[in-house]
Amino acid sequence: MRPPIRPVVRAAQFVLAHVPDLVCSGSKPRRELRREGPGLREKIRAHLRPFDAAVAYAPHQVMIGNLSPEALWDRPRPWHTDPVAGASTEGPGGCLVDQSTFYAWLARADSARLVTFSEGFAAALAPALSGFGVRTAAPPALEAAVAAGAEPLYVEGERLAGVFAPGHEDDASLTGAVLLENAAAKVTGALALRRLLGRGGEPVDFLLGCGEEAVGDRYQRGGGNLAKAMGELAGVRGAGGADVKAFCAGPLHALIMAGALVQSGLYRRVVVVAGGSLAKIGMKVLGHLSAGYPVLEDVLAGVAIDVVLDDGASPWLRLDTATTLRLGDGDAPHQVATALTAAPLRRLGLRLSDVDRFAVELHNPDITEPAGSGDVPANNYRIIAALAVQAGEIGRDGMAGFARARGLPGFAPTQGHIASAVPYLPHALAGLTAGALRRVQLVAKGSLFLGRMTTMGDGASILLERNGGG
Amino acid sequence: MRQKLGKGVSRMLDLRDKLVLALGERDGIPAPALRACIEGAGGQVIYEVTQCFV
Repeated sequence: MRPPIRPVVRAAQFVLAHVPDLVCSGSKPRRELRREGPGLREKIRAHLRPFDAAVAYAPHQVMIGNLSPEALWDRPRPWHTDPVAGASTEGPGGCLVDQSTFYAWLARADSARLVTFSEGFAAALAPALSGFGVRTAAPPALEAAVAAGAEPLYVEGERLAGVFAPGHEDDASLTGAVLLENAAAKVTGALALRRLLGRGGEPVDFLLGCGEEAVGDRYQRGGGNLAKAMGELAGVRGAGGADVKAFCAGPLHALIMAGALVQSGLYRRVVVVAGGSLAKIGMKVLGHLSAGYPVLEDVLAGVAIDVVLDDGASPWLRLDTATTLRLGDGDAPHQVATALTAAPLRRLGLRLSDVDRFAVELHNPDITEPAGSGDVPANNYRIIAALAVQAGEIGRDGMAGFARARGLPGFAPTQGHIASAVPYLPHALAGLTAGALRRVQLVAKGSLFLGRMTTMGDGASILLERNGGG
Repeated sequence: MRQKLGKGVSRMLDLRDKLVLALGERDGIPAPALRACIEGAGGQVIYEVTQCFV
């Protein structure tokens, strides 16, 4: 009898684009600046950090795989006070790119020819552009464009380096600000995809996008399929694509679907891809300013995850544990946690204690705590540990130890869908192959209620297991 | 419904005939779960919203 076809996760790559001069283009800073005026802009600029500080930031080194997440437990907090000596922009799990690289790729991504740079900035970008032609204009023309509604692109705080023109004079879905947001996702997703595909492998059959941007126009505001646009920018040929939209649970829904597509035999190689959220840049900026921190939300994050047929080495994507919160499931925290963690494990005859690591929403607490949002991963691990107490696996006094041993410190930038479990993937893959891990459960939640179409939340989870069985 | 007053100290909260604004948080107690508790205790939820701070 033929053994079952199992999909595996072969690789995951992250790209962090450091964009300090786009902090004021994030949703919260934009709104606060309208209220507070230029004084706030000065305060924000005074707290922006340079690229080398973003590189040396320990959580970013964890994102690209140079530091283990567990190493953060022993580093003094807040982590920006303890930069990593000799930090590299390159790591086994991804890389960091600077703002000039981002702007150069923004120009390459500009298929509608709506981006114009100043002549001086275009000249400075030339090495990063590698001969790619860009539209240029003199500063007075750029200033006039901004006055007429184009989205400004700044460098060094106040220097107008370019503009992103609207795609239509009478379409709220094609304003310069919306197009910049979508292009930022396209660029960072494509960079992650390029990095993943640069490692080699068979041709990609299908791209599954899973970001939270809305690409469309006034008649179809969320038309989507940014996946194909990312693939085009990354130089992919011969692959189809579509987007999965599920708020922050998007990547795990996409991972489950990718595994099912491979297991069905329809495709041999599916890549799950997502770009970063410009809207969430600077979301907690007021908290950081009050605490005297640098602005920590200054990176856009893109991810690409490789799902292929069982190669005999990569961790199995256990589709028999794939779970999504169903209509009618309760949404109290313990009900959600039970449905997503304990219940699928029980189907395999496993306990919570049989999982070596739970990867939940891994938001960096140094970002969330100064803004009063608490430590999101720690809250989730407390609930999972409570379930282990209820199941009789540990005593009540074992909860802290359970959370510490099987949980992770948060390290991901607050980029929504990007932070949802998947930042642990490069570490999980290493631990489940060369390391000693047997099982990792990925758990994500989605805030559907934010769209005002339902009061429900959502969630998805799946188990990764060492190839050959834990 | 029990109201916590301090460490190890709580009292029963009488919500009968009370009108309640239920402000929930996704990583805490979402609004639908608050509603279930409040209505079970006899209160009436006149506004509910769940926030998500990440």
